[in-house]
Amino acid sequence: MLSYTEKIREIAGRLLASGAVDMVIGFRQGTIPMMNEPHFAKTPAEAAKLMWDSHCGINLANYLTDRKERIGIVAKGCDSRNIVTHIIENKIKREQLVVIGVPCRGMVDKRKIAMKCPGEITEVIENETGLTAKGNGFSQAFEKKDVLQHNCSLCIHRNPVIHDEMVAPPVEEQKDVDRYADVRAVEAMNPEQRWKYFEDLLSPCVRCHACRNACPLCYCPTCFVDESRPQWVGKGQDASDVRTFHFLRAYHCAGRCTDCGACERACPVGINMRVFTKKLEKDCLDLFGWEAGLSPEVRPPLDVYRPNDPNDFIK
Amino acid sequence: MRNPYLPYPVRIDAISVETEDKNLKTFKFVFLNPADEQKFAYKAGQFAELSVAGKGEIPIGIASSPTEKGFAMFTVNKVGLVSSFLHSMKVGDVMGLRGPMGNWYPWERMEGKNVVIIGGGFAFTTLRSSIIYMLHPDNRKKFKDIHVIYGARTPGMLLYREELADWERRDDIHMHITVDGTSDPNWKYNVGFVPAITEKKAPPAGNDTYAIVCGPPIMIKFTQPVLDKLGYPHDKIIMSLENRMKCGIGMCGRCNIGKEFVCKDGPVFTLEQLNQTPREY
Amino acid sequence: MKTIKIEKSQWASGLEKASKAFRLIGPVKEKEFHSFKPLTNGAQPDLTCLNTRLSPKSLVYPQSEVMFNYSLDEGREDHHQMKEAAKDYSPKAVIGIRPCDAKAFALVRMNFDTPDYQDPYWLRAYESTTWVGLGCTSPCSSCFCTSAGCGPYHEEGLDVLLADAGDHYLAKILTEKGATFIDAAGWKAAAPKDADKALAAMRAAAEAKITSFVQTDRLKALPNNDLYSASFWEDVSFACINCGTCTYSCPTCWCFDIQDETRGTSGVRMKNWDSCMYPLFTLHGTGHNPRGTKLHRVRQRFMHKLKYFVDKYDKGIQCVGCGRCVRLCPVNIDIRRVCNMMNGFAASGEACAIE
Repeated sequence: MLSYTEKIREIAGRLLASGAVDMVIGFRQGTIPMMNEPHFAKTPAEAAKLMWDSHCGINLANYLTDRKERIGIVAKGCDSRNIVTHIIENKIKREQLVVIGVPCRGMVDKRKIAMKCPGEITEVIENETGLTAKGNGFSQAFEKKDVLQHNCSLCIHRNPVIHDEMVAPPVEEQKDVDRYADVRAVEAMNPEQRWKYFEDLLSPCVRCHACRNACPLCYCPTCFVDESRPQWVGKGQDASDVRTFHFLRAYHCAGRCTDCGACERACPVGINMRVFTKKLEKDCLDLFGWEAGLSPEVRPPLDVYRPNDPNDFIK
Repeated sequence: MRNPYLPYPVRIDAISVETEDKNLKTFKFVFLNPADEQKFAYKAGQFAELSVAGKGEIPIGIASSPTEKGFAMFTVNKVGLVSSFLHSMKVGDVMGLRGPMGNWYPWERMEGKNVVIIGGGFAFTTLRSSIIYMLHPDNRKKFKDIHVIYGARTPGMLLYREELADWERRDDIHMHITVDGTSDPNWKYNVGFVPAITEKKAPPAGNDTYAIVCGPPIMIKFTQPVLDKLGYPHDKIIMSLENRMKCGIGMCGRCNIGKEFVCKDGPVFTLEQLNQTPREY
Repeated sequence: MKTIKIEKSQWASGLEKASKAFRLIGPVKEKEFHSFKPLTNGAQPDLTCLNTRLSPKSLVYPQSEVMFNYSLDEGREDHHQMKEAAKDYSPKAVIGIRPCDAKAFALVRMNFDTPDYQDPYWLRAYESTTWVGLGCTSPCSSCFCTSAGCGPYHEEGLDVLLADAGDHYLAKILTEKGATFIDAAGWKAAAPKDADKALAAMRAAAEAKITSFVQTDRLKALPNNDLYSASFWEDVSFACINCGTCTYSCPTCWCFDIQDETRGTSGVRMKNWDSCMYPLFTLHGTGHNPRGTKLHRVRQRFMHKLKYFVDKYDKGIQCVGCGRCVRLCPVNIDIRRVCNMMNGFAASGEACAIE
């Protein structure tokens, strides 16, 4: 994955120099360990700052919404599926994009690494299969597969579904992945257990809305939590309001979420809110055989009516 | 420690519809506790937060003059959640008033000077307060010539029409009322945009002349070059800003522009001060 | 004010005694990070915590606070009138707050305690709290307190400063309130004669460990309008997702919203944290939004913290270098980088693309 940096810089530099795009969106090196900053390059010189490693978990499709320029965009599997969804939902036009596809073996979860280290991590060095985290008086090595973001460990679309260039040959997709073990565990709970589980899960929420803002799908000009006439949801920390925000947001992403994990990555208090979106993703798969963002030619199930749509829930 | 978030309870004493599109209503409030009226003592140019339990608060310029006793008057535009609800309220309803807030037009500095008031649309509320204050027998001799240039889109959109007509008849104030356009053949006053009328009718600039400008951003944008052309120095052009506010007391941070709080260091600023501040209003 | 010695063997029993007169609050580990929580039933503050995930500002200034109650029931005499909500301002003691967070309160106080208005909710909560701080022996790599107006052993805003000296704490009592707390805990042992020297040495050692700095010397003199129209804001703001994490975790951010919430015929008027990062923050009723673009809002945050505040109060930047925004920003926008860009700014021909 580290060799991708060279290729990304080369492609971006070429696209900008030839005037094929107005800007290239990718990542540049972060200022603290295990973080990188989304960056746009408008000149070949700026393109030389682009890089790629296993800490590029933020979904760059988030930066495409309603832009008018011609854009080169670095996209891993999940990002590319969100680009497809954006195209279907008229948030960007295919002709505007040069998709620089990145076959991805997964992003690392910095929280997992931090929990396993005895102190503050001051440096992380990556190699092809693992990383070493160093701090004051310790140095610990990790296999990448042991510290992947949860969604990455279950990923079955590692290769971009659309691309104009690829930085490397496609990687093998994971087979026989049980994507919904955690969803089934919650489905098996009775209502009291489930209530308590959700209560615990959402108790640290401070309504910062980082999850919503990091999500490429959340682009409503006025989010439902911000409406005032009428006001649907309170703005404080009343538990019903917190639950309403998370549940409804998951519903608004139903059939569109690609499980990129940007929401969990962005959350400052470490809430695993993917449990809600995964449930709806499973429902879409079970009811409609649908996976989001695989092809710009196919309309999503909530957009179309088919005579044989499941309707046994209509009583 | 007095709680600055606690409103004085008031009752709606009178409601009148000001404009032909019914979007502006003037409310007269009477304090439930008479002692609160003393605590609410204000100067022309200040504003107050009108508080409606269950809906919220809105910052509105005080339209009544400190010389008018027994009530506080506000003219409210129906624009959002609180103002729409306020428009549906009736005489006798109870609500709250917090204030007075903000600074006021620089009355001390303007003593002995000519005052030119330029207002547009429904920003005229604190200007009404100012005019009544200046025309009061106790105050009139403190000021030299008073000119008022006030315009609205049509005659039916002018505020306080009866009072405008009264002032027009006086000889101690020069009124230049104007509308953008009208099909009324009996319209006796000017027709033209406020900046154009300002250019024609405003007195020449000088060390003895202050201009108070209060209006929608578009009016200000075109009036300011006219005043520049007439030579008004920027420290003698007084403006009153609007901004989104909540606490009104310089704490919640919402109305902050540059290092000022519009609710506390303003809403009255000289143009000289505004030139140092980012255009985020 | 004197310095005393607290043997670590006396620590828990002292806290137990103090808990008769004070509600104790300290850092407690929950899941993967620490938060300030009430210490009930003999729970001990976890003083190994480097710093809490979110700042302790919620102890004085909760995320959601009821200011007033009201009733819409016209059968009641006081209908539609605001009634002050009952509050508990009995003495509290916060154990283990870091000097950066304590200084942050002193900074924020300038906003809530002014000659014209005082915010009773913030002030009463602040003044009824005794701040027992802990000096940092191993500052984090993202801490830049020494160039942000404080430091790992800074005393501003604290009533007692504890320094960990191995088998005991040295406790420097800084105020009357601090002395009252120490008395309530019954800690009396005199400190060794060279205690002040030892403290100074610990302070110097800690300050030497700070590896992160910001330059702020030119900020005051730089013209407002020049900084505002600098061309680097586009680059700074691109990655921002306007989420509010920085403002919520920051101990020196204080913006809030006032909202009424009604259920049936009774309701509350409450204060909630708000953030200049949200588009709604400056939206006028008419639909006009003076900070309608992301660039405007990102620029506002940094200009406010690093320039407007400097201009207004002349007490340095509105930042204590705690590093939380740096660690928590989901897209790694780094205030240290922006501060240095602003400080190093030299007006050139290029201006910002967005007005």
